[in-house]
Amino acid sequence: MSKYTTIIGLEVHVQLATKSKLFCRCSTQFGAEPNTQTCPVCIGMPGSLPVMNEEALNLALQTAVALNCTIPPLTKWDRKQYYYPDLPKGYQISQYDMPMSEHGHLEISDSKDRFETKQIRILRAHLEEDAGKSVHDEVAGRADSVIDLNRTGTPLLEIVSEPDMRSALEARAYLDELKLLLTYIGVSDCNMQEGSLRVDANVNLHIDKGGEKIATPIVEIKNMNSFRAVERAIEYEAGRQYKVWQETGAKLGDSPKQTRGWDDAAGVTRGQRSKEESSDYRYFPDPDLVPVSFSDEQVDAAKASLGELPSTIRESLQSDHGLSAYDAEVLVNQGRTLIDYYQSAVKVAGDAKGVCNWVTQDVLRVLKESDAGIETFSITAASLGDFVAKQKSGELPTARGRDVFDAMLEKGLSAADAMHSLGIEEVDDSELESLCQSLLEANPRIVDDVKGGKQQAVGALIGQAKKQNPNADPSKVRQICLDLIAKM
Amino acid sequence: MSLIELSAAEQSRKLAAGEISSVELVQAYLDRIEKYDGSVGAFLRYDTGRAIAAAKEIDKRRAAGETLGPLAGIPVAVKDILAERGQRTSCASKMLEEFHAPYDATVIARLKATDAVLIGRTNMDEFAMGGSTENSAFQTTQNPWNLKCSPGGSSGGAAAAVAADFAPLSIGTDTGGSIRQPAGFCGIVGFKPTYGRVSRFGLVAFASSLDQVGPLARSVEDIALLYSVIAGHDPQDSTSLDKPIEFATPIDKPLEGLKIGVVAEHFAEGLDSEVESAVREAFATYESLGAKLVEVSLPHSKYAVATYYVIAPCEASSNLARYDGVHYGYRSDQAKLAAELAAERAALEEAGERGAAEDLDTPLVRMYRKSRSEAFGPEVKRRIMLGTYALSAGYYDAYYLKALQVRRLIRQDYDKAFAEVDVIAGPVTPTPPFELGSLVDDPLAMYLVDLYTVSANLTGIPALSLPCGASKSGLPIGLQLQAKPLAEETLLRAGHMYQSATDWHTRRPPL
Amino acid sequence: MSLTSDDVEKVALLARLMLSPDELESMTAEMQQIVGYVDQLAEVDTTGIEPMAHAVELRNVTKDDNVAPSLPRGEALANAPKHNEEGYLVPAVLGD
Repeated sequence: MSKYTTIIGLEVHVQLATKSKLFCRCSTQFGAEPNTQTCPVCIGMPGSLPVMNEEALNLALQTAVALNCTIPPLTKWDRKQYYYPDLPKGYQISQYDMPMSEHGHLEISDSKDRFETKQIRILRAHLEEDAGKSVHDEVAGRADSVIDLNRTGTPLLEIVSEPDMRSALEARAYLDELKLLLTYIGVSDCNMQEGSLRVDANVNLHIDKGGEKIATPIVEIKNMNSFRAVERAIEYEAGRQYKVWQETGAKLGDSPKQTRGWDDAAGVTRGQRSKEESSDYRYFPDPDLVPVSFSDEQVDAAKASLGELPSTIRESLQSDHGLSAYDAEVLVNQGRTLIDYYQSAVKVAGDAKGVCNWVTQDVLRVLKESDAGIETFSITAASLGDFVAKQKSGELPTARGRDVFDAMLEKGLSAADAMHSLGIEEVDDSELESLCQSLLEANPRIVDDVKGGKQQAVGALIGQAKKQNPNADPSKVRQICLDLIAKM
Repeated sequence: MSLIELSAAEQSRKLAAGEISSVELVQAYLDRIEKYDGSVGAFLRYDTGRAIAAAKEIDKRRAAGETLGPLAGIPVAVKDILAERGQRTSCASKMLEEFHAPYDATVIARLKATDAVLIGRTNMDEFAMGGSTENSAFQTTQNPWNLKCSPGGSSGGAAAAVAADFAPLSIGTDTGGSIRQPAGFCGIVGFKPTYGRVSRFGLVAFASSLDQVGPLARSVEDIALLYSVIAGHDPQDSTSLDKPIEFATPIDKPLEGLKIGVVAEHFAEGLDSEVESAVREAFATYESLGAKLVEVSLPHSKYAVATYYVIAPCEASSNLARYDGVHYGYRSDQAKLAAELAAERAALEEAGERGAAEDLDTPLVRMYRKSRSEAFGPEVKRRIMLGTYALSAGYYDAYYLKALQVRRLIRQDYDKAFAEVDVIAGPVTPTPPFELGSLVDDPLAMYLVDLYTVSANLTGIPALSLPCGASKSGLPIGLQLQAKPLAEETLLRAGHMYQSATDWHTRRPPL
Repeated sequence: MSLTSDDVEKVALLARLMLSPDELESMTAEMQQIVGYVDQLAEVDTTGIEPMAHAVELRNVTKDDNVAPSLPRGEALANAPKHNEEGYLVPAVLGD
C-alpha cells in the first residue's frame, strides 16, 4: 500500500487548426520568420479591433461535444489583464465566467490493465488567443530579449480536467486519449514540438495518517515539453511533496498555490518567483466583442460532423471484429486514416483478424521503416483485402503470403498479378492427389511409420511435395497423404 | 458672401457646378488658419502643401469629368485620435507623439473615398479624457468666442476649428459628451450617432462600449451630409450595426405632431439660470413649430455620472494597458532606469533591508512603470488608477458590476420615455463655457459638467447638440436633443427645423 | 470604505504606474473624493437587473477563416521604441 495518493488535474492548451488567427486574418502557419505574420489587430495597435473567426468557433464546438461537454446557450469574451512583453494589448482575450462549454468527460483505460477504466471529468473548455514568444538571450539579465509576435492571436482551446487522475500513468493515458480524440476529429495537429499542444499539471497528495486524510498544497507544474516529461514531472513532484510534508507538515490552505517549472535535463521541478504569482487579472467582458450563442441545430450539426470516435471504434473492433483489446488499441492509435484503411480491407477480405494481423505486423512495420503514412502506402486497402481473402480461401497458400505481399509492395501489383508473377497457382485437387500417390509409392517407410501411429512422419512428404510443385498447399498435401495411407 | 461663410452643402453644389475650385476653397480656410490658429490653437498639425496638393488633384479629376464623392474638395478637420496610414496619430499624448499608423481608420477611408480634403489634425484632451482640452500634452485650445474660456472637450480642437471657420466640417469622438459639449461651448452643432452606426475601427479606444465617432458643423444640414459619408456597417468592427442608413424623407419636414420630452430631472439644482432660460426658449420655439411638449421622467439620471465614471475608467484602464513602452509609443531611458534601480538596491542593502531589495521592480516592470508614468498626463493616470481599482479583486461587484446594472436601469428609463415621446430635449451642460484653468484642480467638478451628456453614451442612443442662445457675456449655450436608437433621422429633422426658425447657428465669434 | 495611500500604491503597481510621493498624496485624495461620489451607486436597488456591458446588444459577429496578407515586418516594427531587424527589444524578461 502506497504512503499517499497523488491527485492530478490537467490543463491542456490546444491550438485549433484554423488557417487564420482568432481575431484577424494573419496566417497561423508555424515556422515563419519572426514578426512576419502580424497585423494591427494581433499586435494590438491603437485603434485596431478584433472580429472572431467562425472556424475557430466551429472547431471548439466540435471538440466540446466530442468531450461530452454541455454547451451553454450563451458565451462571451473577457479580457484577462496582465503585463508581459509577448502580450501586446496588455490583456489576453479569453473566457472567464461564461465558457463556451463545461462539464464533460473523457474515458481512459489501459490495455495492459495497470489501472481500471475510468472517466476523467472535464471541468470546462474555453477559447482564448495565444500570446507571442520571448526569445531569451543566453546570458539572462544582460542583453535585451527579442519578442516575436507571430503566434499572438492564434486560437487556443483550453481544456481543464477535474483532479480525477491518481497516477502519472493515468495522466499519460488521459493525454494520449485526448490527443487521439483531437486528431480523430481533426481540430488540431497536436504537435507538441511546435507548441500546438501544451500541458500544465496541478498536483497534490492525499496522505493517510492514522486514518486521517491530509492534503498537501497544490502545485501547478509548467514547462513540460512532452507527455513523457509530464509523467516524469508528476512522479518527481509527488515524491518531492511527500518529502516536504514529512519535513514541514505543510497542508493545503497553508500557503497560496505555487507554480513550479519542470527542468527536463535535471529531472526536477523548480519554484518560480513569487512576484509572478500574485496576479490580479481583473477579468471583465471585452467591450469590443459581442457574445456568442450556439443554437441546438449548431450543436447537433457539430455532433453529427464528428464521425466515429476512438473509443467507439475500439469497442466495435473488439465486439464486431473479434479483435483483442490490445490489437484494437494498436489500430486505433494509428489514427483515423489507418482505421479507414483497415475497415475497407476487412470489407473486401471478410476476415477481420487476418487483415488485423497483416496490418499490425507487416503494414505498420513497412510504414515505420519508410517513415511514411498510410495515405502513400503502395498496397491499397482493396488489394490488401483481396490478398487476405485469397489466403483465407486457400487460393493463396499461407506459406507464400509473405512473398506475395512483398511483390505487391515493391511492384504495386494486385494480389492476383503478384501470385502470377511468382508462378503461384492453385493446384488442382486431382493433380495434387497423383503427386501424393507417387510420393507414397516412393517412400514406403513413411507409410509404415504413419500406419504405426507416427502421424508426424508425413511431414517429410510435404517438403518433397513442395520441391516438386511449389504451389502445393502444405496442409492439403498432408491431409491427402493421410487419407491415402488410411485407404492402403 | 465669402466662400467660408457658405455651408458645406452649398460649397459642394458650387464645386460640382464649377463655380468655385477646391484649391480656392481650401486656400481660403488655410488663410484663416494661418491668421487665427496661433491664438485659437485648434490644430495640432496641418500641412498646407498636402492640403493644396489634394485640392489640386480633385479639381483636376473634376475637370476630367470624373464622378466624385459628395464631399469632394471640401476641407474636413479630424480629431487626432483616428488612425491615418503613414500619418501621426498622437491622441494629444506624449505616449503616441511619434506614432505613425500603418493603416487607415474606416472613417478616414470613407472620407478619402468621398474625396474630402483632410486639412489637419485637431487638438483634444489626452486620449479623449477630459472636458476642456486642457489635458492635451501639447497645447491648449482657446474658445473662439472668448479666448480666456475653454472650448470644451475632449473634441475641443474639432469644435473650435469649425467655430473659427478653419474648416466647414470636422470629425470628433464622443465617449461621455466629447462632441456635444464642445459643440455647445463653441456655438456649433455636434452629433453623436447611435452606438454602432459609425465604425470604431481605427479610433484609438478610450472606453470601447461608449466611444462613438461623429460630425461637427455649423448647420444640421451639414451634419447630415458628413454623417451620411462616415456612417455604415463595417465588418472590421464587431459592434458595428448592419442596418441601412436611410434619409428617405427630407430633413426639412414640418414638426407637426412631433412629441418632445421635457425631463423634470434636467431642471434640478445646479443648472445655470441663463442656460435654463435659453433652453426653455428653445422649447417655446418647438411649440411654435407645431411640436408638442410632454413631461417625462428619467429617475436614474442622477446616477449617470457615477455610473459613467466607473465604466469609462474601467474600460480605459484596460484599453491603455497596451501603452507599455514595448510595441509602440514612448519608452523611458533604459540606461537611466538601470542606474536608478541599481542605486535603490544599493541603498536598501546598505540599510540592511534585504527583503525590500528583493522586492524591487525587475528592470522590465520598472521600464513599464516609468514609461507610462512619464508619458501619461495626470487625468489619464487618474482614470487608469480608478479603473484598475474598480476592476481589482474585491471591488468588481461593488463598482463595475453595479455600474453595469445601473446602466441598464438608465436605459430602461429612456425606453419608457421614448414610448411616449420622439425626442428628449434639454441642456447640453449645466453652465456656459467656463474659464480655462478654473476646474483643472477639481477633477470631480470637471466630471459633473458631463451630467446631461453621459447618458446617451451609456445607453447607446443618438444625441445632437445645437446652439440655442448666448449668455450675457456673449458665450454660446447649447440645446441637446436625444432620440431612441437608430432614430437619427428624427433628430436631424428636429434639429434642422429648429435652425430653419432660428439664427443662433449663423452667428460667428469675433476673432 | 476608505482608500489609503497604501491601497493606491498597490493599484499603481497593478496599473504599472509609478507615483512620486507628491503624486501619491494628491492621487489618494482625488481617488477618495471620486470613489466617495461613485459610492452613491450602492443606494440603487439592482436586484435581478442584468448587467449591461454593451451599448448595443448584438450576437454572433464573425469573419470567415481566410488568410489576408500581414504587415511587412518593417512596418510592424516601425513604431517600436527599440527593435532590431527581427523583433521588439525589451529588458530581459527573466530579470536579474
